[in-house]
Amino acid sequence: MINAALREIPEYIKGYGKVKPFEGAFKNINKAQKANVSLNCKSSNDDKVVSSIEEVLKKCGIRDGMTLSFHHHLRNGDYVLNMVMEEVARLGIKDIKVAASSIFPIHEPLVELIKSGVVTGIYTNYMSGPVAQAVSLGYLKYPAIMHTHGGRARAIESGDLHIDIAFIASPACDTYGNINGVEGRAACGSLGYAIPDAMYADRVVAITDNLLPYPLCPIEISQEYVDYIVAVEEIGDPKGIVSGTTKITKDPVGLKIAKLASSLIEESGLLKDGFSFQTGAGGTTLAVAAYVKEIMKRKNIKGSFAAGGITGYIVEMLEEGLFTSLFDVQCFDLKAVQSYRDNKNHQGMSASMYGNPHNKGAVVNMLDVMILGATEVDTDFNVNVTTGSDGFIMGGSGGHSDTAAGAKLSIVTTQLIKGRLPIVADRVTTVTTPGETIDAIVTERGIAINPKRKDLIEKLKGSKLPIMSIEELKNLAVKITGIPQRYENNGKIVGVVEYRDGTVIDVIRQVQ
Amino acid sequence: MKLRRSMLFIPGNNPGMIQNAGVLGADSIILDLEDAVAVTEKDSARILVRNAIKTLDFYNSEIVVRINPLSTDFGFEDIKEIAKVKPHALLIPKATEEDIKACDDILKRIEEYERFENNHIKLFPLIETAYGLENVYNIIKASDRVEGVLLGAEDLTADLGIKRTREGEEIFYARCKVASACRAFRVDAIDTPFTDLNDYDGFVEDIKKAKSIGMTGKAAINPRQIDTIHDVFAPSKEEIEYAKRVMKAQEDAKREGKGVFSLDGKMVDAPIIQRADTILEKAKLSGLL
Repeated sequence: MINAALREIPEYIKGYGKVKPFEGAFKNINKAQKANVSLNCKSSNDDKVVSSIEEVLKKCGIRDGMTLSFHHHLRNGDYVLNMVMEEVARLGIKDIKVAASSIFPIHEPLVELIKSGVVTGIYTNYMSGPVAQAVSLGYLKYPAIMHTHGGRARAIESGDLHIDIAFIASPACDTYGNINGVEGRAACGSLGYAIPDAMYADRVVAITDNLLPYPLCPIEISQEYVDYIVAVEEIGDPKGIVSGTTKITKDPVGLKIAKLASSLIEESGLLKDGFSFQTGAGGTTLAVAAYVKEIMKRKNIKGSFAAGGITGYIVEMLEEGLFTSLFDVQCFDLKAVQSYRDNKNHQGMSASMYGNPHNKGAVVNMLDVMILGATEVDTDFNVNVTTGSDGFIMGGSGGHSDTAAGAKLSIVTTQLIKGRLPIVADRVTTVTTPGETIDAIVTERGIAINPKRKDLIEKLKGSKLPIMSIEELKNLAVKITGIPQRYENNGKIVGVVEYRDGTVIDVIRQVQ
Repeated sequence: MKLRRSMLFIPGNNPGMIQNAGVLGADSIILDLEDAVAVTEKDSARILVRNAIKTLDFYNSEIVVRINPLSTDFGFEDIKEIAKVKPHALLIPKATEEDIKACDDILKRIEEYERFENNHIKLFPLIETAYGLENVYNIIKASDRVEGVLLGAEDLTADLGIKRTREGEEIFYARCKVASACRAFRVDAIDTPFTDLNDYDGFVEDIKKAKSIGMTGKAAINPRQIDTIHDVFAPSKEEIEYAKRVMKAQEDAKREGKGVFSLDGKMVDAPIIQRADTILEKAKLSGLL
């Protein structure tokens, strides 16, 4: 069948089940139901601290076929996922589904577990490195299910993704299971992505290298959700957890794109008192923040909030009074961790509060402007951030689709040509984010506004910005690169891309 | 009037940078076959630059190619290959009067052969020796193709055996001499690049200094320098306002049949009107009006 993103998808996918086709970004958000949670209650006699991962797995009743979840705040420095899965394999358990909010190169040991059948399923919002490659090559038994950050929270809360045991990597944890991310050698700041797991999993295990006396203060994930605690030597490598500093690009083309994007924001009329804003941590998107900051200072604009993964740069904007508050689901650098710990205006948010379409209102709905990246964009404004043009998985939505749907103005910033490839194409390899939620594509050679945004097009009439149609933009690129031969692929389905509402927006096929 | 506030050097052997050169907003782009290119890559860079000019769109930037000195084996070969694709101009390093005449000659022949219009390809002598500096007037006079002079202070100070400093007092004379000679022929005087990319304040001071002496533009070695150069060379708000009032006063005077008129109690004469006119023209081209 053909879904609303005009992608051909099967009605039934083996290892996934019946497919609910994507019907449109805002078709499916009226009513929702949350799942019941079963729990083992504790009395004052119960001790939660367990001596080893093996023991905790046994106490949680580990068995074949279970779904184990992990969060990714320790990013490419995370030891917890590998540590737990190694023990699972040693116990001879098979057919495990790993629900990790993101998977990084450090999780390479999963590849062997996939090949040996210990791991047969993956739910994730983003994956890069050897595991992504192994999935692309078809080693995983069932198709990997790619969520968005908000979509994962929705899936967990609705019961679509039922977690048997959640493992919470905990930079600080007390003996009764209160957790925060701001203390200890593996301090990573906000633990926003782990919160739905803690609230909805059947069993919740805190893994910590910083076991502290009761009570911990501050508390981010509280004792009421945590069944067991295991102390280990190290939960992660601080170097891989947060980069020392995130830096603004020096690439002149990136700066040019950022400058154009900031001018577009200024001319959109949204940049006024009460302005709210989100960018990623990439060099170009940070440069947009830098230019926006300049404009805000020049015009004496006091913004409302910035949200998302938070960088030191956004923290500086808070400290300079350009925003009154930050919503932080994940800290990208040490400055952000420090600010999250010390500044009461730097607030945490859960993945659900951040982007879940099926709650009573997510933070993304309050965003004025979102700056997004892209691997490919097509002439329908669909964006791919999931696969490379060679078909290999190299990322995923993360918060891309959530913020695009929520923000009043979602801007994709990208070079028009990367390497030898035109980035604007007739058809993206994989649809991650539907074009109806993307308002503008900003490249170094021109800006395309989604024709659906007639109000914005009207507003920009008479603007000096290099505005053109998306087809013109594509032709500019193709004139330089020629039309690359498409990588056609009819192999077996190795991944299912779920939109934030749980419908299927696209599938990923095995790289031949 | 063509604005030539910034002339950005782009290495002639870097396809990625050449491909994107047109989006950076420089008034001129100098595709460099000389210092940026190692001897072993001279021929391939020449081919790359030739094909880039033939196929790429550089939008509103004019294309200038810095060839190798005519005293080397590469200089004339560069001209023969590059002139065929009609760049706006060639930049001639270590230029002498004889070099400019020789370039003029060979370009004339190429233009005839290729059936280009006469004097289509312009010249920018690069003044970077004491010998060239002292003869800059005659160098400009040597060909109608000369549209401007670029002062190269690094080589010049090396030739003079003196130290190049952040403040640039050592090139004060050279700047004045070049600016004055250029003005005599109504051609552009382009100042030497500022090489410390991390010294923003020093950079701004350096441009201001050059502008105050009469240099009309500045060479850039990094795209990040372009906006700053344009900002400093842009007429200020006050200058624009004053120029507008001069023009208005002139119109009023004309209407009232007055030959001579004053503004703010000061007599306005031809040079003031001309300066006001130039400022408004520049402001228009800079997008300030």
